Amino acid sequence: MNIVVLVKQVPDSGSERGLAGDNTVERQSANNVINEMDEYAIEEALRIQAAEGGEVTILTMGPERAAESIRKALSMGPDKAVHVIDDALHGSCALSTSKVLAAALGTLNPDLVIAGAESTDGRVQVMPHMIAERLGIAALTGARKLTVDGGTLTIERQTEEGYEVVTAATPAVVSVWDTINEPRYPSFKGIMAAKKKPVQTLALADLGIEAGEVGFAGASSEVVEHAKRPPRQGGQKVADDGNGGAALVEFLSSEKFV
Amino acid sequence: MAEVLVLVEATRDFTVKKVTLELLTLARQIGSPAAVVFGASGAAAAMSEKLGEYGAEKIYTGEGDEIDGHLVSPKATALASLVTRVQPAAVLLPSTQEGKEIAGRLAVKLDNGLLTDVVELTADGVATQPAFAGQVIVKSKVSRGIPLATVRPNSIAPTPAAATPQVEALEVSLGAADTLAKVVDRVVEQKGSRPELTEASVVVSGGRGVGSGDNFKLVEELADLLGGAVGASRAAVDSGFYPHQFQVGQTGKTVSPQLYIALGISGAIQHRAGMQTSKTIVAVNKDAEAPIFELADYGVVGDLFKVVPQAAEEIRKRK
Ligand SMILES: Cc1cc2nc3c(=O)[nH]c(=O)nc-3n(C[C@H](O)[C@H](O)[C@H](O)COP(=O)(O)OP(=O)(O)OC[C@H]3O[C@@H](n4cnc5c(N)ncnc54)[C@H](O)[C@@H]3O)c2cc1C
Ligand SMILES: Cc1cc2nc3c(=O)[nH]c(=O)nc-3n(C[C@H](O)[C@H](O)[C@H](O)COP(=O)(O)OP(=O)(O)OC[C@H]3O[C@@H](n4cnc5c(N)ncnc54)[C@H](O)[C@@H]3O)c2cc1C
Repeated sequence: MNIVVLVKQVPDSGSERGLAGDNTVERQSANNVINEMDEYAIEEALRIQAAEGGEVTILTMGPERAAESIRKALSMGPDKAVHVIDDALHGSCALSTSKVLAAALGTLNPDLVIAGAESTDGRVQVMPHMIAERLGIAALTGARKLTVDGGTLTIERQTEEGYEVVTAATPAVVSVWDTINEPRYPSFKGIMAAKKKPVQTLALADLGIEAGEVGFAGASSEVVEHAKRPPRQGGQKVADDGNGGAALVEFLSSEKFV
Repeated sequence: MAEVLVLVEATRDFTVKKVTLELLTLARQIGSPAAVVFGASGAAAAMSEKLGEYGAEKIYTGEGDEIDGHLVSPKATALASLVTRVQPAAVLLPSTQEGKEIAGRLAVKLDNGLLTDVVELTADGVATQPAFAGQVIVKSKVSRGIPLATVRPNSIAPTPAAATPQVEALEVSLGAADTLAKVVDRVVEQKGSRPELTEASVVVSGGRGVGSGDNFKLVEELADLLGGAVGASRAAVDSGFYPHQFQVGQTGKTVSPQLYIALGISGAIQHRAGMQTSKTIVAVNKDAEAPIFELADYGVVGDLFKVVPQAAEEIRKRK
């Protein structure tokens, strides 16, 4: 089974993040990491590969520094990577991003595409369905469990009330939550091996996409302005002297919650 | 006045979710609200009264196994042909997993821009979106097509404005690609009397400090006394104290209730990402230096096993 894992580089959600002057994500000063959910996608792909054979390919669209995340992803065990990189992509909306990723997937012809359920920066949560829509293949999204039985995929899709069991034949896109597995840490051997693994770079021209269709030029939505929100101020803090619970209720009552 | 299409979100037993009422309230400021119902047969009949109460002038309904028994795609197809036919002023969907997914497919089908996690939308299409866990506030708009937005639950106060909706059954013609992902089973795991996490006006969350799944009864008790939902930090979820669908934070739910109570939660940046736009924040933590106190309007430094039972007792007394 040939599997492509979608990996996005994002600014670390554990540090202060912001937007740059042109309203795009500030990546220059940020500590950039693999989108956490995508590590679970990689792990799931490697487990399927161990059982079913085939190849695992990482696909990333991102600027030059995304190459670090690609190496990190490869150090977990995938065979190779494709990096779509082009200056014209700066400022791309979700629609354009999906167009580029779908075109790149078209050159790879996978049986299975695995993505994170959402990224920690945009959190738009639409990429898997947008890509499936463009490719005319099934999307099984929000999986907390994935089973592969020949060419049949079955997921447990997390919902508010429980879960849904959803099934489709390959080729398909599956997106995963962090409940699906426990990603491995790269081994020393894996880190060394990753340095030699092939990373193919593709520009927009290689995908038959015009520069004007993506980036700021082709964006279907635009950020008009952005502002930092003033941080919350801490309020009253009391030490429990044996009456902390009652004092708490007094506060709730003064705010009309009780 | 042009129609504003509102995708109705409901439970499996046809209870209209609060976010739908928020969307109808918002739609009234932009045009004439038209609710779009997808689901098992009987859905529109069961919900039309409630939808009318909040101003739906029209209800479009697509019901039955084909639409209900396949993931997302048939709904997007039906919605896309409706948009093409009625040329609405805007399309509003809930910013939930399924709402976003339908919106994503719709955006591709119509080649129309999409704004997600919107908390405000003006009549001329300017949206407000909190980014990076609410650290940044963004104003944005669709530059190709009509305003197509997913709106975050608990962003707008739903207000009734009675209308008598006209119901129209949609004729849906699906393509082969719409029925590729088949829903073969639906399993209900948690269904109590508590409000849904993202819609609740009070959320009481427990963290690692709660110590065990059994001790979460304390969190649940306080939540029930306040009519709230129960949430959990990732540490509590990872330790197996509480199920994952109740996780609040960067990789869990984003909540924005009137009151958020954090019990035994340190307040890591990824937890704050899911709750810091709450109106009032209360924390109980035995560590006076815990970062959660930096954003709490009211904090008690103390042992939650003493403070919480006392608070519960006090609330009971006042009732
Ligand atoms: C704060 C913020 C808000 C935004 N709001 C909007 C908006 O309202 N509308 C809009 O059109 N755009 C928006 N964007 C831009 C949008 O995030 C990007 O276009 C992005 O590339 C796709 O969205 P996502 O990462 O949120 O995708 P998601 O759908 O959340 O990502 C899911 C998965 O898709 C895969 N994936 C996503 N991007 C890539 C990539 N570049 N390379 C490889 N795999 C990838 C990963 O596996 C990821 O886990 C926003 C961006 C930010 C930072
Ligand atoms: C990519 C990424 C995504 C993440 N996403 C999320 C997310 O979505 N949600 C989330 O919550 N976290 C998330 N995290 C984890 C986050 O960084 C923290 O580890 C987590 O929030 C800690 O949970 P906690 O506050 O319950 O535990 P701790 O940090 O261990 O805090 C426990 C607190 O309980 C207090 N305590 C202990 N006993 C008592 C007592 N008897 N009475 C009163 N107080 C007591 C302690 O003083 C302490 O402050 C994420 C991390 C990463 C890297």
